[in-house]
Amino acid sequence: MDPNDRAIAANLASGGEMADTIADTRRLFSKPQNLNDAYGPPSNFLEIDVSNPETVGVGRTRFTTYEIRLKTNLPIFKLKESRVRRRYSDFEWLRGELERDSKVVVPPLPGKALFRQLPFRGDDGIFDDSFIEERRAGLEQFLNKVAGHPLAQNERCLHMFLQDESVDKTYTPSKIRQA
Amino acid sequence: MSFFSFGQSAEIDVVLTDAETRKKAEHKTEDGKKDKYFLFYDGETVAGKVNVTLKNPGKRLEHQGIKIEFVGQIELYYDRGNHHEFVSLVKDLARPGELTQSQTFDFEFTHVEKPYESYTGQNVKLRYFLRATVSRRLNDISKEMDIVVHTLSTYPELNSSIKMEVGIEDCLHIEFEYNKSKYHLKDVIVGKIYFLLVRIKIKHMEIDIIKRETTGTGPSVYHENDTIAKYEIMDGAPVRGESIPIRLFLAGYEMTPTMRDINKKFSVRYYLNLVLIDEEERRYFKQQEITLWRKGDVVRKSMSTQATIGAQRFEGSASSESALEKAAREDSG
Repeated sequence: MDPNDRAIAANLASGGEMADTIADTRRLFSKPQNLNDAYGPPSNFLEIDVSNPETVGVGRTRFTTYEIRLKTNLPIFKLKESRVRRRYSDFEWLRGELERDSKVVVPPLPGKALFRQLPFRGDDGIFDDSFIEERRAGLEQFLNKVAGHPLAQNERCLHMFLQDESVDKTYTPSKIRQA
Repeated sequence: MSFFSFGQSAEIDVVLTDAETRKKAEHKTEDGKKDKYFLFYDGETVAGKVNVTLKNPGKRLEHQGIKIEFVGQIELYYDRGNHHEFVSLVKDLARPGELTQSQTFDFEFTHVEKPYESYTGQNVKLRYFLRATVSRRLNDISKEMDIVVHTLSTYPELNSSIKMEVGIEDCLHIEFEYNKSKYHLKDVIVGKIYFLLVRIKIKHMEIDIIKRETTGTGPSVYHENDTIAKYEIMDGAPVRGESIPIRLFLAGYEMTPTMRDINKKFSVRYYLNLVLIDEEERRYFKQQEITLWRKGDVVRKSMSTQATIGAQRFEGSASSESALEKAAREDSG
């Protein structure tokens, strides 16, 4: 056997580069999934609804409140179900707190519609049904965006807004820490 | 010396000896166009002829010398004037004198070192070229011929997989795995993403290949990021315990080998970027560098001879001896 053939044979036997194999694209091994994990409730359940607008008060002191209902299985929320009522200015307060304290880019709120509060309008101004519905939808969108944000979930102000009976604007801002 | 002639009084061109047999490779020019150039590897000889053709056969051409150079240089776009030559070879073809007729000169640059791969990027260009020059008192006549150089590597001895657990505390934990850390340009990335904790609402997941070109040193360092590929690997919301496979064929993408600190002037590195996007379009990502290398094409001898020789090593029987003879006859016949 001449030297070149000997080299080829040696390479073939050792399965060296001359063999030019097709790449192995078989899947990497993974553990089979636990059936409870596969079919049980997911760990990211979070539902927030803004509904039931109610206008309270008389004359100039009238304002509208919205019901905020929350259902979740996230451990960071103290209550797995909560129901509170909030008005627009409470949302404005929450947005301000988050902008100042967290690194979150806070989404915008539906408009303040100051022009609707001017006199001599043909409609009910800020108590107009279609306006309230528009605002309700915008507030719901805002809350869903914010409450699902991992960084916003660390802020005390968010939990107070969503689950405490009332918003205490004299609170001390702080971060939620989990054990 | 004629002030009134149109253009130059002579034409110069360079022809390679192996122009018929040498392979050409496609290479992007600075303005994005793709052209084909002769392909060379490190250590190969560059040889050919320089043809000097006189435009007016009756007229003599006075010159200060004729030479040919082989140059490898790096050009930074923000510093165009300065060419950093890392290879510079010259062969004198003719001493100062005059040409009475068109003439051809042979040249050979033997076993030229070509340490780096040709590269045309966003802020930097590395190129190799031959330059033939007829020196004259007022203006030289010269011609450049670009070539492309590829750097080849062999299979790395050590090629560990990349396996890491990353996430956001109490929110999202994943373990990602890629089967290798060094991939050749026609390789396949095989991997998986395993979800350990999912408390956010994921909408889909993709893997991007990012090329980062770095030029400059010290305070003035420029990074140019370019997303070469975006490949969706998952559509939908995963839960704990789910494993998402990755299979990404690299041959379909235009990439170069990883280049680290080339002549201390620039680097080209590649990263895999794993991106998870949630229902509110928030993006969670993890970037991981991979090394890309260029594999040489293998030249194969006839399969029948090889297979028979291989069989003979283990069997050594009379029948395989005759089979080998038969194969050898077929090959030569």
